[in-house]
Amino acid sequence: MLIHEKPALKAEARNLNFYYGEAQALKNINMPIYDKKVTALIGPSGCGKSTYLRSFNRMHDLYPGNRYEGEIRFFPDNTNLLSSDVDPIEVRMRLGMVFQKPNPFPKTIYENVAFGLRVRGETNKRVLDDKVEQALRGGAIWDEVKDRLQDLAPNLSGGQQQRLCIARALATDPELLLFDEPTSALDPIATGAIEELIHELKKRVTILIVTHNMQQAARVSDYTAYMYLGEMVEFGKTDEIFIKPQDKRTEDYITGRMG
Amino acid sequence: MQALTTEQIRALIARGKMKDTIFQALGIICLAIGLLVIFLLVGDMLQRGMERLNLDFFTNFASRKAAQSGILSAWVGTILVMFVTAMAAVPLGVAAGIYLEEYAKRNWVTDIIEINITNLAAVPSIVYGLLALGIFVYAFGFGQSILSAGLTLALLILPIVIVSTREAIRAIPAMIREGSMAVGATRWQTCRYHIIPYAMPGILTGVIIGLARAIGETAPIITIGALTFIAFLPPVPFTGEPPAGLFEWVMSPFTVMPIQIFNWTSRPDPAFEINAAAAGFVLMVMVLSMNAIAIYLRYKMRKNIKW
Repeated sequence: MLIHEKPALKAEARNLNFYYGEAQALKNINMPIYDKKVTALIGPSGCGKSTYLRSFNRMHDLYPGNRYEGEIRFFPDNTNLLSSDVDPIEVRMRLGMVFQKPNPFPKTIYENVAFGLRVRGETNKRVLDDKVEQALRGGAIWDEVKDRLQDLAPNLSGGQQQRLCIARALATDPELLLFDEPTSALDPIATGAIEELIHELKKRVTILIVTHNMQQAARVSDYTAYMYLGEMVEFGKTDEIFIKPQDKRTEDYITGRMG
Repeated sequence: MQALTTEQIRALIARGKMKDTIFQALGIICLAIGLLVIFLLVGDMLQRGMERLNLDFFTNFASRKAAQSGILSAWVGTILVMFVTAMAAVPLGVAAGIYLEEYAKRNWVTDIIEINITNLAAVPSIVYGLLALGIFVYAFGFGQSILSAGLTLALLILPIVIVSTREAIRAIPAMIREGSMAVGATRWQTCRYHIIPYAMPGILTGVIIGLARAIGETAPIITIGALTFIAFLPPVPFTGEPPAGLFEWVMSPFTVMPIQIFNWTSRPDPAFEINAAAAGFVLMVMVLSMNAIAIYLRYKMRKNIKW
């Protein structure tokens, strides 16, 4: 076995700049995302980590006045996710996203998970049932909801809602799963369940997670990127970043002198 | 500053609470004045029209003899006109509202459209009548028909439907829209599966409030030349020989409740005043039941929508 074995690339940001109108929110970001690994984005509030995350599935396209420069290459097909020739809907079909606050649709548990499949034109009841079950199992919530799939999703607890949202994202077999501070609205027990789930999920899907909880980054991620004021200050293996950061700013943040 | 003693604190609270009580009393009085006026009006109409409020009143046509006069053609006309109004205003208004909220780019053109929708809501209803007289009655050749009246009132309530649709859509949190788009839905799929269903209670409320306003409109209907004396009913809707026969009713002459009331109040014979009061009461009941339906539907549908 090779000691310096490099995992395959799933995506790579190249000279990425992003502007909200005139304000530049991301400055020349270069960063790899490795296949079937968990990459954490950390940094103080307003450093651009969520902005960066939301660039991957072109969420910024939903609002006027936003502009990208540079590229995010997506592998194996080497598509530039940010290209104006690439439809944002195509991008969102390939990537999944879990939001900061659980945002289940005010529909049944079943319909929440089935929605992504319906969008893709799936109408066969048996296929839907199957995939919904798989996704709910993937989201580690199947046992809790299997007897009440027709209940309204907003009646679940916050932690269950978030795992349902993960199941919703998993149902369409995304190649890259984006997590935007997925546990910031949850209690420690629900947070633990989600972290365990992320650990389980990286066997089958690449994960990029924004978190403002450094312990969480240390617990769940293989790679960590520290961002500050729209810049990528440091990127590396999580243990290395946390044990011996190269940059003074990273060290200050990690040791709690700033943040 | 010296810390307050318990006595001082209590005195302070007592003084504050005095003002609370005064304002509360004032509020109740103001509320009572408003409610009282409505109750008096409705009660007065009911009392004066009481003797006419029997089954015959609903099944008789208007007649020269006050006692045998009824509102059959008026209430049937009102319901048919309202039906046409809803059929026209709901799709137009809802589609326009969705377009403005979900599709339109934010620029000066949308700003101007937005301002003008607000202006449309302020246009006096008689102006809609004049417009309809020129367009529907003459230019389109619909004549003095249920169709003309329904479309006129649809124009009148269109701004209400558009505005309530937009408000209902705006009340949906952005994270729901983002959640839908994030799984790869198009804008239309997002509207079709999420925005429209979740906005439906608000839209319905707006539509019914609009219809409740339209049901009492007299001026534009008179302007397009609705008859005041109709002793026959339009063909029963959707029963004639298809295809044209199904819609014969929309081209029929008609009268509506407010016109019937207006007609009766302008008669010299005071006996017709009783008819007018009775019909006025019936119209009030129609409006209030529409509002009641709106409240019920909103309550029922909102129960299942939360974020």
